[in-house]
Amino acid sequence: MPDATGLELIAQRVREGVADDAVTGTLFHRGRATLDVAPQSVHDVIAYLRDADQEPWERLMSLHGVDYLPEEPRLGVHYELLSMERVDRLNVRTRVGVEDARLPTVVDLHPTANFQEREVYDMFGVVFEGHPDMRRILMPEDYEGHPQRRDFPMGGEPVIYTYNEPKLPRWYD
Amino acid sequence: MTEPLDVPYRDRERSVTMEPMGEEHEELLTINIGPHHPATHGVLRLLTTLEGEIVRDVKPIIGYVHTGIEKSCEDQQYWKVIPFVERMDYLSYYFNAMAYCMAVESLLDEEVPERAQWLRVIHLELNRVASHLFWIATGALDIGAITMLWWGCRDRDLALDLFEMSGGQRFHTRYFQVGGVVEDIPPGFEERARAFIKTMRSRIPQYLNLLDRNEIWLQRTKGSGIVSTETLLGLGVTGPLLRASGHPWDLRKAMPYSGYEKFDFNIPVGSVGDNYDRYRVRVEEMLESLRIVEQALDGLPEGPYITANRKVALPPRHELATSMEALIHHFKLVTEGFRVPPGETYVGIESPRGELGCYVLADGSAKPARVHMRDPSFVNLQALPEMARDHLLADFIACVAMLDPILGGVDR
Amino acid sequence: MEVTRTKIEGDSLRVRQLKAQQLLRGELEGEDLEREVEQRLLFTKLENAQNWARKNALFPLGFGLACCAIEMITVIGSPRNDLSRFGAEVIRFSPRQADLLILSGRVSVKMAPIIRRLYEQMLEPKWVIAMGACSSSAGMFNNYAVVQGADKFLPVDVYVPGCPPRPEALIYGIMKLQDQIMGDPSMGWRERYQAEGTEEIA
Repeated sequence: MPDATGLELIAQRVREGVADDAVTGTLFHRGRATLDVAPQSVHDVIAYLRDADQEPWERLMSLHGVDYLPEEPRLGVHYELLSMERVDRLNVRTRVGVEDARLPTVVDLHPTANFQEREVYDMFGVVFEGHPDMRRILMPEDYEGHPQRRDFPMGGEPVIYTYNEPKLPRWYD
Repeated sequence: MTEPLDVPYRDRERSVTMEPMGEEHEELLTINIGPHHPATHGVLRLLTTLEGEIVRDVKPIIGYVHTGIEKSCEDQQYWKVIPFVERMDYLSYYFNAMAYCMAVESLLDEEVPERAQWLRVIHLELNRVASHLFWIATGALDIGAITMLWWGCRDRDLALDLFEMSGGQRFHTRYFQVGGVVEDIPPGFEERARAFIKTMRSRIPQYLNLLDRNEIWLQRTKGSGIVSTETLLGLGVTGPLLRASGHPWDLRKAMPYSGYEKFDFNIPVGSVGDNYDRYRVRVEEMLESLRIVEQALDGLPEGPYITANRKVALPPRHELATSMEALIHHFKLVTEGFRVPPGETYVGIESPRGELGCYVLADGSAKPARVHMRDPSFVNLQALPEMARDHLLADFIACVAMLDPILGGVDR
Repeated sequence: MEVTRTKIEGDSLRVRQLKAQQLLRGELEGEDLEREVEQRLLFTKLENAQNWARKNALFPLGFGLACCAIEMITVIGSPRNDLSRFGAEVIRFSPRQADLLILSGRVSVKMAPIIRRLYEQMLEPKWVIAMGACSSSAGMFNNYAVVQGADKFLPVDVYVPGCPPRPEALIYGIMKLQDQIMGDPSMGWRERYQAEGTEEIA
């Protein structure tokens, strides 16, 4: 885990290597380093971190989405990077809003992102531009809605207790 | 009326011309190895494109056991999430709980006592043995060695007996809690565990004898399903699949957690990367896990089995009669649960299938805001088209067997 | 040459063997014949005999969804609790050849039509065991992705609770199903819901 100063140096190098507005912030909490990145430069930042950095991060371990509901922009996508040589992890994070949830894909850099980006699309609705097969993966193909967003209802059935049994319609009625 | 052919029998065969299918006769047939199939290890649907008997392309279609576990976890208190999370990768249930508990403990900045760490290691490694036993039971069944099903299930029952002794249930014991384990191991556990180790040490060579000298097994597994290490690394594959192709990456050695640095064990690494190597790597891993359990039982330290922080762990019941604070803590923990300060973390551990990661986002309340498990089977399944390309259909089934997908983890 | 005669006592094995030999040869008459025949005949109804045969030779469909499937494989495959004592060890993977569907595991929304199609392909008489909490009533998963109980789209005969149920519990459930087959020749649920005539021969 790079410590706080190491993280600042990485942010500095990414700013120099990619673009000045690519990195929007850094966060170091409980031993975990997070690099906040602007949405449209995700592909360039991950390409830079994989190839051009002096401390390269060659593997993408996990790509997952988060819904930070009360905070805007709502949807976050995390890229967990791993370096096997230096045994180190780095987290790259972008935030997009619900209305314009589009991100460039990293499938060409890390083929492991194929299923994982499809899952983020399925569960949160973030469309990855350039993905070869942008379809739902876990829900049925014709499902409407993105289940893992915080404002999507939990679903299921209300539990029948004796106090509300007369009020709930029976399914065989 | 034509005369019957007065040709000797052998020559008669040669006189019938059969044109072989040349390059221009490529007929691709897409069939569905459907969700209900004897050999798919759960409900996995494989759209296979075949040319004759050779597999040209495979598209896995998943989602048939999708249970919305991650969404359900957002509605539960932190310690109630543990049973949900255990049911994801349903063969290695202790690992799911371990990843989640480690993530929450790192958010809480909670220290796990040493005895609890060692108890966790014992149960994790026993679970690894049980998971590999089930894998070899069903994997060999797919390839045709049906005896392994009986043997694997028989020995797995012994391991599940041990879990029942410590946790009360064979499967999905809610044994790991945030801060330690829920209860100490009972007396008699150690003897049973040592007897189990002794039994397994005599039985695993029997398995190797049965399979390794079987010409059919060797021909079916050797040389099939080879994928290069770079492709596997690009696809994010970890675990025995990566180790079988020669890359020695194991999180227990690379980023040790929960006291693994104190144990002396080896990591089996293959050389060629075919199905035979994957099978041998897993069998050797079983033996190494038995070594770890033995060392842990030898050196099990005394001490508390759960953290003493009453704000996180339930106080022992004998304190409830005498201490008012214990009563209040118990009440708060059971009704509301403990609160975790805001933050997010990702923790990875080495499960029998690869790197199992858990991401937890806490927003300061008693319920997590997001729990995501990076499941190894989900990522390893992307390697299936690479493994199966240009193989016969029977080898493809062997590849699926050796890949060891667990659909509960894939679909979550 | 010495000849020894021993008196054979009333109901010993040798006497019974000789009497059976005489019966088969047709040498018994009258009272003896009646007694022997009574001891060997069993009178029953045709339905009882049929049900007895059906219950002792159940063919489960090889179908497993999630964690309960592992316990089901343990029941079938482990020597400690094994199902072939009850005659149900033949697992047929084709629904046309099976008559018992053990729904082991959580039924997700995507999988439900497939299970329904499998059920319809099975031939009468067929039974369904909902194994585990998730197929009986969605278990702990009260959410968007799990069908809240398999009985929403399938008629279930026996529910086996547990998460996952112990192998002994599943065997108990199968034994209960066997009692049900024996005692209810019209297959239970059809009598309860007045659904005679809905058998599908497909």
